[in-house]
Amino acid sequence: MAEPNAVLNKPEQQPTREQELIARVQRGESELFYELVQPYERRVYAAALAILRNETDAEDVAQEAVLKAFANIRQFRAEARFSTWLIQITVNEALMRRRRERTVTMEAIDERREEESDYAPRDFADWREIPSEALERKEVRQKLAQALASLDRKYREVFVLRDMEQLNIQETAEALGISIASVKTRLLRARLMLRDLLAGGWEQGWFSRLPFEKGTKPW
Amino acid sequence: MVNLEAVNCEKVWREISNYLEGDVDAALRAAMDEHFHTCKRCASVLEGTRNVIQLYSDERMIEVPSGFGRRLERRLAQNARLSSRRWSTWSAWLVPVAALALITGGLRLANSLTSSHPMKSEHAQQAHDIPPDMLVVVSADAKVFHAPGCDFIHNKDKVRTLTAKEAIQQGYIPCLRCMRKYLETTARRPTILGSEARAGADEDEDEDPGHGER
Repeated sequence: MAEPNAVLNKPEQQPTREQELIARVQRGESELFYELVQPYERRVYAAALAILRNETDAEDVAQEAVLKAFANIRQFRAEARFSTWLIQITVNEALMRRRRERTVTMEAIDERREEESDYAPRDFADWREIPSEALERKEVRQKLAQALASLDRKYREVFVLRDMEQLNIQETAEALGISIASVKTRLLRARLMLRDLLAGGWEQGWFSRLPFEKGTKPW
Repeated sequence: MVNLEAVNCEKVWREISNYLEGDVDAALRAAMDEHFHTCKRCASVLEGTRNVIQLYSDERMIEVPSGFGRRLERRLAQNARLSSRRWSTWSAWLVPVAALALITGGLRLANSLTSSHPMKSEHAQQAHDIPPDMLVVVSADAKVFHAPGCDFIHNKDKVRTLTAKEAIQQGYIPCLRCMRKYLETTARRPTILGSEARAGADEDEDEDPGHGER
């Protein structure tokens, strides 16, 4: 538990490099903007790709979103996280692009039915933790990416924003324009479906070169 | 209080995501913890879900096309160049426009200094609506006429009385204090006296009444 006077006793914090960059770009040093967004450029791209599912469109929208963030940098307020603000701009740009292209009409139809029923896990094998070193293997990353890509749009978007982009539940709801309850429901299903998809992959030897004990699955 | 026996597998699966978010109350958390100790299947679901979240939250899971960062940086640089070009186009126009404004302003200033009429201040007003036969007073060597008894009359022992029409014809202008009630309507009504008050009155009267008349 935190000390009651922890806040009062906290020494005045020095601005971080990011805060300094934001202030300088806001004052007109536009050449520093790339340094500011560079740590998040991958996440910007991933957010756009989760919504658009097309690499060319995702890159184009990612660039547009970064330019838009630059144009509006003076409106950024320090109480928000810069990364969250940037991702929300990206999601908005991607959603607008998708609306323009009208590619999701059919996907929206069965949305209500899917969210009404509970999802039951299918695989209950023994588990053990997957070491993060597994991600060094391109094959593993590809299998994870394929599993994610196979999810319906609404589950994929929520999962990417919450679990990959690290937006919180409320920020995810705001970015996508849906309720907090919908975010929670979709997130549950996305996580359980991915778990089942990847547990099934074990049978196909995705993780066969990983040091799991014989007869166990990663989960 | 959650009944431990009421937390079955289906309830655990419904809440497992909230459980991992830390978004269940203490009683439900305790009941689920108890359930995970006794139910191997749900323990498997919990650890598998936890694995999913941990793996996908890793930065290495985000793959960007080759050259993505370089292209983004280039696009930003192009945008910055375009912005500065737009500014330089504007500034290219601004320089001659500003120079023209300066020259025009300079000429007008020179004209006003050499003209017989003093410069008008924003407070200068015309002597509209003053009854022509109204009796007013003027003091020696002053250029302003007043209503009798006005506090801003200088040299009160050297005043003379005349009509407003005569005062205006002799080049006097109305006092902005005592004649205000007549002057405030000037924007709405046509001139009665047909004579424009000499500009510069306010410079004596409005800004420094103590030195309005010499």
